[in-house]
Amino acid sequence: MDQVRYEAPNSLDAAVGLLSGSDGMAKIFAGGTDVMVQIHSDLIEPDLIVNVKNIPELTGITHSNGSFTVGAATPVVEMQEHKEFCKTWPGVIEGAELIGSVQVKGRSTIVGNLCNASPAADSVPPCIAAGATVRIVGPNGERQAAVEDIVLGPRKTSLEKGEIIVSTTFPARPPHSGDCYLRLTPRTEMDIAIVGAGVNLTLDDAGTCIAARVSLGAVAPRFLLVKECADALIGSKVDDEALAAMAKAASAAADPISDKRGTKEYRIKTAAVMARRAAEKALERAREN
Amino acid sequence: MATILEESGFNPDADLKVVGTNPVKHDGLDKVLGRAKFGADAYLPGMLYGKILRSPHAHAIIKSIDTSKAEALPGVKAVITSADFPEIPQGTGWGDMSRNTIAREKALFDGHPVAAVAATSEQVAKRACKLVEVEYEVLPHVIDVEDAMAEGAPILHDYMRTKGDENALDVPTNVCEKMVSKLGDVAVGFEAADCVVEHEFDSKPMHQGYIEPQGCIADYSEDGLVEVWTCTQAPFVYRDRLSAVLKIDAAKINVQQSELGGGFGGKTGFYAEPLAIILSKKASAPVKMTLTRAEVFRGTGPVSGTKSRIKMGCTKDGKITAAEADLYFQTGPYTGSMYFNAPNAMFTRYELENVYIEAYEVVSNRPKVNSFRAPCVPQIVFGVEGIIDEMAKKVGMDPIDFRLKNAAKEGHTTIYGDTWGPVGFIETLEAAKETDHYKTPVKDGEGRGISCGFWFNRGGETSSTMTLAPDGTVTIATGTADVAGSRISIAMMAAEELGISVDKVRVRMADTNSLGFNRVTAGSRTTFSVGMVVVDNARKCITELCRRAANIWGVAEEEVVYEDGQVKPASSNVGDFEPMSVGEITSKTTMTNGAIVSSSSMNVTGAGPGFGVNIVDLKVDEGTGRVDVLRWTVVQDAGKAIHPVQVEGQLQGAAIQGMGWALNEEYIYTDEGKLDNPGFLDYRMPVASDAPMVDCKIVEIPNPKHPFGLRGVGEVPVVPTMAAVGNAITDAIGIRPTSLPMSPPKLLKLIEERDAG
Amino acid sequence: MAKAHVTTTINGDEYEFLCEPQQSLVDVLRNELRLSGTKEGCSTGDCGACSVMMDGRLVCSCLVLAVEAEGKEVETIEGMGTADDLHPLQKRFLEINGLQCGICTPGILVAAKALLEENDNPTESEIRYWLAGNLCRCTGYDKVIRSVQAAAEDMRKG
Repeated sequence: MDQVRYEAPNSLDAAVGLLSGSDGMAKIFAGGTDVMVQIHSDLIEPDLIVNVKNIPELTGITHSNGSFTVGAATPVVEMQEHKEFCKTWPGVIEGAELIGSVQVKGRSTIVGNLCNASPAADSVPPCIAAGATVRIVGPNGERQAAVEDIVLGPRKTSLEKGEIIVSTTFPARPPHSGDCYLRLTPRTEMDIAIVGAGVNLTLDDAGTCIAARVSLGAVAPRFLLVKECADALIGSKVDDEALAAMAKAASAAADPISDKRGTKEYRIKTAAVMARRAAEKALERAREN
Repeated sequence: MATILEESGFNPDADLKVVGTNPVKHDGLDKVLGRAKFGADAYLPGMLYGKILRSPHAHAIIKSIDTSKAEALPGVKAVITSADFPEIPQGTGWGDMSRNTIAREKALFDGHPVAAVAATSEQVAKRACKLVEVEYEVLPHVIDVEDAMAEGAPILHDYMRTKGDENALDVPTNVCEKMVSKLGDVAVGFEAADCVVEHEFDSKPMHQGYIEPQGCIADYSEDGLVEVWTCTQAPFVYRDRLSAVLKIDAAKINVQQSELGGGFGGKTGFYAEPLAIILSKKASAPVKMTLTRAEVFRGTGPVSGTKSRIKMGCTKDGKITAAEADLYFQTGPYTGSMYFNAPNAMFTRYELENVYIEAYEVVSNRPKVNSFRAPCVPQIVFGVEGIIDEMAKKVGMDPIDFRLKNAAKEGHTTIYGDTWGPVGFIETLEAAKETDHYKTPVKDGEGRGISCGFWFNRGGETSSTMTLAPDGTVTIATGTADVAGSRISIAMMAAEELGISVDKVRVRMADTNSLGFNRVTAGSRTTFSVGMVVVDNARKCITELCRRAANIWGVAEEEVVYEDGQVKPASSNVGDFEPMSVGEITSKTTMTNGAIVSSSSMNVTGAGPGFGVNIVDLKVDEGTGRVDVLRWTVVQDAGKAIHPVQVEGQLQGAAIQGMGWALNEEYIYTDEGKLDNPGFLDYRMPVASDAPMVDCKIVEIPNPKHPFGLRGVGEVPVVPTMAAVGNAITDAIGIRPTSLPMSPPKLLKLIEERDAG
Repeated sequence: MAKAHVTTTINGDEYEFLCEPQQSLVDVLRNELRLSGTKEGCSTGDCGACSVMMDGRLVCSCLVLAVEAEGKEVETIEGMGTADDLHPLQKRFLEINGLQCGICTPGILVAAKALLEENDNPTESEIRYWLAGNLCRCTGYDKVIRSVQAAAEDMRKG
């Protein structure tokens, strides 16, 4: 902690060089809303802080052929201000908006939320449900990964030393599709999810579900992409029976711990409730699109 | 010495000009401009920064502390441990206070200070703390009351024997005290009951949750004078305790209170101040210390968590015949929880003939509890008012009517022996019945709860001066801390009595050098007690103004009168003199024997009890157990609201604090005895979007012992809160929660049990 | 230990300071520049007492590195008004008693100002959610919300 080095490189190469060349603990600083807390709560003592906000590839939102790419250092507030993105991915915005207060959202990023690797992160389940991918650049070149493959467990990611997530890409949205993210917290705001559920589904012209992704947060060491939940919806009219089956699958998939934020039993039970409510809302949106 | 104004001068028909209005508070402007100076907002030349090293263990013997590496770090100017403090015997009040400040033989809770460092910057001080080497022998710990009372429980203090328990064995125990309160014969009372309700309840500690962490600067001068700047509810109490714990003459210590960024009882006892003083002495420089939020949670006083069993009975027409309770209070590692308030207040407001209460105070490996609005009472009233509600339902009575039927009135003798003068409990209940809120039917899917509460209200030692400046403006020095706006109310009472504009009066929070002893701002005593001495001072100044005017006019003192801020001849026979204003007289004090100053010190008595009623509507999400509070009305007797908007502020703030305590706030411990939620994120205080607007109805049944009839208002409004929420939840889901906080997992479990039949 | 040199603009004035790389902006504002109107209640972004504007964005200054202020425009409570020229929010908070102890007040005022600049007619619910990051323990929020509503009305009237 004595000799913290702070760098704010202007290029991706320089950032990768700094991160891969560092001997001690190197922290990427994008929104900083987790890193600052960890430093000042003495949870981490980084030797190097690399502020990536000056790297062009990491900032801003681009839109082409229906798909959106969000730079990794783009604060949530810029996503909220992007009308087209909000209209297309309301569930992703619902998750991102829950990262914290207005003050925090002026700084925090969805990639930071992901890389902090807390299984309760609110913006991650809707990104997984959306089928979003991330572009990663590191000392050995570039690769793509699905969002669900990044977090391996609490505080553990699949990123190699020196790797940086550059951006998140959301695929083009088919017609009759919609998403939603709901979380359960005791308070209305400023809280950590006890359970989070992201649902993204697509209907055909007749209203039958032809695609679905259901992701749960805070109910396992990793974010879950629950195939059984999707299977319960696909092929159905997303009626009561299908929703009940999906809810049951959500509880069955949940493998939570008991901690200060909620008990194991409570999380298992409410995973079903939240998944069902999110699916109902996603359905409503899909029908409108 | 006077304890009360001989003649309060209370006049129910007085034509009040200032009291009862809502002027902008004088200290407000600096606060909205960011200029008000709170505990952490002072800086002195040559100032060092202090940091505390805290125990990571809940219970451990401190075998040794090696500070040499920390001392060797460049920039470090002093490192202290308990060895730098006078050794005061264990098991004594001062000995406990000294050890709570810095652990000596043992660390008794996660976060217990064991050493402190002063350095040229906070960063260096923090690094130095990590270089202090402490060798601990970790002992088994105990967190909860039941475990602490169980046979074979880890014992915190080998010397402890239960006070007040004649059957106590002469063996070490964690039970500090037992108190029995009794009226009549409960066996007879329960025999006469048609309906008996009994439940066990429990509650978790909540934190006062002030937004300003403790911050202070101590400066120990080379000739042994100590200056302390700090955010405190009790500058004089701090001075005297610092004197006792550090063995420094009280006259050598001067405590200046800063603006106080919230206290609610939590800043009635010191934490960092003694450490800052000893660091300053050792380093020969002023030392500033501010606690982090985590330190505030781990190291400063939450309230007592409790266990209780309460049983009450009533006849079928709703008359309560008996009330019985066993109460157990956590106090942290040392005695001093004020648990005795609970037996004295829990049933007080009802006319009861048969009562039996056993109350116990128990030590465990938690931070020492501190006061919070109506200490130890709201968490017990949660049970009492829940049972009352249940009895009302069982006998088919409206919950307010049931309470009215049993309400105590003037002339009532309480369980603690006081006989009441005029009180407004019945009027408060009747006013609640007349609110829009109560008259509006409960909406579908919602639940409504009502509850009520009592607080004694307090007086106590109060000392203040009033100084008239040559221009006729008035300075009042008060030593009773302003915790949320008492300065303007005090200025208003002075202005009213003097017959001048409130803009001509300024109230200053004096240091301890300037005044006689003032008791802590707590117990809803400040506006009441300071009002008493301020009116006394105003009257003394008026007498002196009359004397001076008479002197100028060359007439006898009896020949002049004081009216509306002017001295006038008592009649036309006295002579043809133009009335003189305060300013005209004070501008001539050079000629009339110097400045006009008055001082008043009283150990004030005569506080009138206060009562409040809460009405709460809420909705429970039956899928998750989450509660949304939708509407909240507070009805309270203020005696007389000096500044009604400020009184409303007290009621509204208390309501939402109680809402937080009722629903989510709690101290959560790991199996290792560490506090698991020492931050706002997981401690879960209400945020703006959690709260409804809070409607207030102020009832005014005057306390004739006070010149303006006022009663304290700060404690009462928190007393009924949790029971009101609990009763509303019961109404909504049809099953009574008995465990605080009534968090979503607990409510969902109740809902499932209900559905399972 | 090498300190970083930072040049920044605060309330329209240029400031220079030295800081350690991990120091927060609130720490530097208060302890280096002695602009103590910005309060520090938690250091974890949960209480909002340290709210400031940075390049037009509402942020918690405890979550901003002081070095990040380089070349930026920072606005704090000290720049919001003067006794003779109070911002409508400051005026209404005084009149309606939207403050008790006053420790959360600077942060709430800065945050509320940011809201009203974005939305001059917010609903009660919008105000409550916008201010969810600003804890107040004294008021129960009632008079805080009413003060913001009244100031919004003042500002709409111009």
